[in-house]
Amino acid sequence: MVATPAHLRRSAAVLGNEEVLRIRNDFPILQQHVNGRPLVYLDSGATSQNPLSVLEAEQEFYEQRNSAVHRGAHHLAVEATEAFENARETVADFVGAEWDELIWTSNATEGLNLLTYSFLNASLPGAGPEAARFALAPGDEIVVTEMEHHANLIPWQELAARTGAVVKFIPIDDAGALDLAAAAGLVGPRTRVLAFTHASNVLGTINPVAALVALARSAGALVVLDACQSAPHLPLDVKALDVDFAVFSGHKMLAPTGIGALYGRSELLNAMPPFLTGGSMITTVTMERAGFLPSPQRFEAGTQRISQAVALAAAVNYLSEIGMDRIHAWEAELGQRLVQGLGSIPGIRVLGPAAGQERIGLAAFDVAGVHAHDVGQFLDSRGIAVRVGHHCAQPLHRRLGLTATTRASTYLYNTTDDVDAFLNAVADVRAYFQA
Amino acid sequence: MSLDQLYQQIILEHAKARHGSGLAAADAPNGASSGQSHQLNPTCGDEITVRVSVAGGKVSELRWDGDGCSISMASASVLTDLAEGMTVGELRTVIDSFREVLRSRGKVPADPEVLGDAAAFEGVSRYAARVKCAMLSWVAAEDALGQALAA
Repeated sequence: MVATPAHLRRSAAVLGNEEVLRIRNDFPILQQHVNGRPLVYLDSGATSQNPLSVLEAEQEFYEQRNSAVHRGAHHLAVEATEAFENARETVADFVGAEWDELIWTSNATEGLNLLTYSFLNASLPGAGPEAARFALAPGDEIVVTEMEHHANLIPWQELAARTGAVVKFIPIDDAGALDLAAAAGLVGPRTRVLAFTHASNVLGTINPVAALVALARSAGALVVLDACQSAPHLPLDVKALDVDFAVFSGHKMLAPTGIGALYGRSELLNAMPPFLTGGSMITTVTMERAGFLPSPQRFEAGTQRISQAVALAAAVNYLSEIGMDRIHAWEAELGQRLVQGLGSIPGIRVLGPAAGQERIGLAAFDVAGVHAHDVGQFLDSRGIAVRVGHHCAQPLHRRLGLTATTRASTYLYNTTDDVDAFLNAVADVRAYFQA
Repeated sequence: MSLDQLYQQIILEHAKARHGSGLAAADAPNGASSGQSHQLNPTCGDEITVRVSVAGGKVSELRWDGDGCSISMASASVLTDLAEGMTVGELRTVIDSFREVLRSRGKVPADPEVLGDAAAFEGVSRYAARVKCAMLSWVAAEDALGQALAA
């Protein structure tokens, strides 16, 4: 466990049901009934809900400051630019980065594609000596894990297909932990990139970042961290983790859709060829060529997602106010309650770490004789929202001998009553489907 | 709308019985012209392979292998019972009718005279996320039928 950054360190008591009930008042969407029952929202791993302060921040931006940023000398342009860049600083600080190391993207998927397309540009003839450290050649290796979300797999597959590089997989054991001995054998002199998820969106496993970073460093490989399931749920410090790049999505951390971020070490970002080019990212442009600005604008061509960035900053302020360490501890408790409760229901197979082992606040499971779609439909009839399917991790499901599972994922606004309502409903599923 | 209107008893029973399941276990019948189609629902990973055999203008056999939710498995089972013995024209009519009901968002009632047990899937049309589950085997059968006739 990495030390909590100073801005997140709090002395307040642990988060509990009483405070969570107050937190819920900030989330209008959670106040509704679904199919005649109070909504139990257990799908935050897919997308989270927005507190009023986030909704208001976006509205306030449009009511008071809306304008294009980094251009124009008028009052609104200055206000909008300030709001936009302050948001960057806030979000960068939230993950332990410097402001110029945080690039806005639509989401984590776009962040990973930005990286892989920049690496592809670096691999093309004439990319120049600065780009050489990102260039891939036939026989080079990209190492990922068997537990990756498609977003941290397919961009690498595509990059490999275009450059002749090879994608290799760190295997998992049956409890959903990475096989580090196998990883040590896989990461070698040909490894150029090691890309892995911080926390699994299916298994709930928190991966040993330090051990993996050490392997990559000894091989001279770049480290890419998918922080989609960690940035919203645990204290995250990209510098302390010593990764080269990290991505996360705003909509999984109380912000609207359409905003996410890519973190990259400054010296890497300023050497990396841009992916999207055009307005706002240039120095001098002639008919023949253009010079590019340093990061972050180097990677932010065209008019940006300004109100969404402002809203994401409001979201991380909300999270920081409550305290990421307290949120992490509460969700860990909910996660254990999920695993223990599911484990006591006959015919349920929980994926990932066993009860008592570390996991984030989610659990995916198989119900013997009942397809995940039917489980989800049954739970919906009780007002309970969960995710069903392969959770964008088909290779992982195949590895576990499954095609689809049901996943309950918690957030800071879930109570133990939510988990218990879910468990009670799951206990009735097999009887309903006569399994 | 209640869950029981979606999961009618006949659907739950067919999801278990899976009439026609076992394509891989047996070759297509001799003397018939056969076509085969594999369909996938990428959102949930449900998949099905349907083989339709036609002899003398009639569906002599429908066999399938699949993995999916109760709606998709029951739908394939009901389709098997309906299709076998039908003329090619009758099967096309029943597939068109089924599609019309399923895609109507609850607006077009199922005619049991035309659809038989498949009328039980009427309630699925109100669940947009499940329409594809019910349609999967029917889309595969339509494609397989076309191939059988072209063969």
